[in-house]
Amino acid sequence: MSFALIDGNNFYVSCERVFNPRLEGRPVVVLSNNDGCVVARSNEVKALGVKMGEPWFKLRDLARRHRIIAQSSNYTLYADMSNRMMAILGSYSPQQEIYSIDECFLGLDGLEHLDLMAWGQRMRQQVKHWLGLPVCVGIGATKTLAKLANHCAKKALAGQDGVCDFGRLAATELDDLLARIPVSEVWGVGRKLTGKLAARNITTVLDLRDADARTLRDAFSVMLERTVQELRGTSCMELEELAPAKKQIVSSRAFGAYVHTLIELEEAVSLYMARAAEKLRHQHSVAGAVQVFIRTNPFKDDHPQYQAGVTVPLPSPTADTRRLTHAALIGLKHLFKPGYAYQKAGVMLMELREAGHEQGMLFAEPVPDRPRLMDVIDRANERWGHGTLRLASEGVDKAWHMKRGNLSPAWTTNWNELPQVR
Amino acid sequence: MAWTLSSIRASTVAKFTRLDYWSIIQVMEKLRKSSHGGRRPGAGRPRVETTQRVRVPESLMNVVQTMVDAKKLKAVALFPSPAPSRLKLPRFGHHVRAGFPSPADDYIEAWLDLNEHLVEHREATFFVQASGDSMTGAGIQEGNLLVVDRALEPRHGDIVIAVVDGELTVKRLEKRRGKIRLIAENPAYAPIEFKDGQELTIWGVVTSVIQKFKR
Repeated sequence: MSFALIDGNNFYVSCERVFNPRLEGRPVVVLSNNDGCVVARSNEVKALGVKMGEPWFKLRDLARRHRIIAQSSNYTLYADMSNRMMAILGSYSPQQEIYSIDECFLGLDGLEHLDLMAWGQRMRQQVKHWLGLPVCVGIGATKTLAKLANHCAKKALAGQDGVCDFGRLAATELDDLLARIPVSEVWGVGRKLTGKLAARNITTVLDLRDADARTLRDAFSVMLERTVQELRGTSCMELEELAPAKKQIVSSRAFGAYVHTLIELEEAVSLYMARAAEKLRHQHSVAGAVQVFIRTNPFKDDHPQYQAGVTVPLPSPTADTRRLTHAALIGLKHLFKPGYAYQKAGVMLMELREAGHEQGMLFAEPVPDRPRLMDVIDRANERWGHGTLRLASEGVDKAWHMKRGNLSPAWTTNWNELPQVR
Repeated sequence: MAWTLSSIRASTVAKFTRLDYWSIIQVMEKLRKSSHGGRRPGAGRPRVETTQRVRVPESLMNVVQTMVDAKKLKAVALFPSPAPSRLKLPRFGHHVRAGFPSPADDYIEAWLDLNEHLVEHREATFFVQASGDSMTGAGIQEGNLLVVDRALEPRHGDIVIAVVDGELTVKRLEKRRGKIRLIAENPAYAPIEFKDGQELTIWGVVTSVIQKFKR
């Protein structure tokens, strides 16, 4: 068994460029919700030394000097382009694991007879041609190696034209290559772990591969031992073709402007709950408890600080937005204290289980769930956009709503925002 | 009135009207009896104007009226128009009178899907909107919806979306003796020429134009 990992290059920036060719060749960043931090960088921006996750306000000077263009994140567009990309990539192998919005693994079982370099090139060219998105392909005997090969393809350390197959390299070539890659590039090795490994003189991928797996397991974790095994070519991680149903669903967001009143918080919590409940129903689950939390801005030391959360158990599990929202609003009333500038609120659905297996209650009133109503709401919102049908508690004004100063249109998903051609 | 008594089931009526099951049976018996001899309901060529008289004990008049209403209701519930899925319309093997239900169901041959008609490569297909009048000669008007397939190789004579000066533009592609030009289908616009070394990006090939009529 071998694996391929295909990864979109600077995915969000690339999506923006497809519909706005003016961004081609210019330094572009995409900012997180509320235009806070850098979540995607074009190569030009990377060359300027801008780091992932850097707050935008710290970059203002640099941005002015180099005319960096900042786009608000347009997740509607990225999700649509991602779906298209995954569908194309999925046609190259019967086994596909969609790992994130811009990367997927393909299983190569039964495809070993192919010229994998040519196979990878075809895939790369098709995605570029059909969607205008650049991708890189990494191929290896394990998922960890495939990910590393992808890194090599992207940085042009090995392979050719954005495709790298570790299976093509002689043992000594691979050793030389791995000796040049810092251990932090290995899947699952974070910054903390990198520091600890350095203390043991493990600084390159080669060091880690040839370290004693047992010792590392005792010192760190079974996970790290598995990583070492995978680097040696023993596959420990299989493809997860079906994403498992989530155990918790969180919906939270920072506000566009500070919020001071209970009524505004109630609107925000209602909205977040509507989205969470929609996701809950989408995966055919019900929730047994609801958590609500609110907080002020921890980075504003001069403001009075407050943060709190509470869990509200439900008498019986449900996926009904009205009951979930009701519970969340009860929790919120307990939490709310006047006199603070709230910056963020959120809800979490907990104790999820499959719908249809709820335990009946002996002495309780039958639950007033309205599954048909929920179905109608979900379908209307899918067809005409989020918030078409909603609870009145979500409010109308939404002055607290997210800031998205430079949001590109929903080019591919809204009839009213299609690209214009002259 | 073109309904036949035998087609009504007392249990259905009971469910529908929440009336007592046995009193309904009673009514039905009376109705059946009264239809013996003379004209039978539903017999012969039905005419819209045909009427018939049925004698009913006064005490059961309300029940009968409810049943009649229920039957009317049921006719609506029984013959729903087939609910087509979004973008799909049924194609029948023969002409079917509108409003008539079941017999035609067996003859549905396929579902006509405009997507199927207009979209060859699903993942590579995008919609754009035409603006301006540079392509009126090709039947593309201001505001028309263009279906763009990025999977197709652009050929001479295709109407394409090209990137010119960082903007998306729709023109006809001309490849002649190694020279490439973008031609407007309107004499008011000059062709766009490309010199050696100048790169032209073709964004996609336009496969259809959709114009909705204003009304």
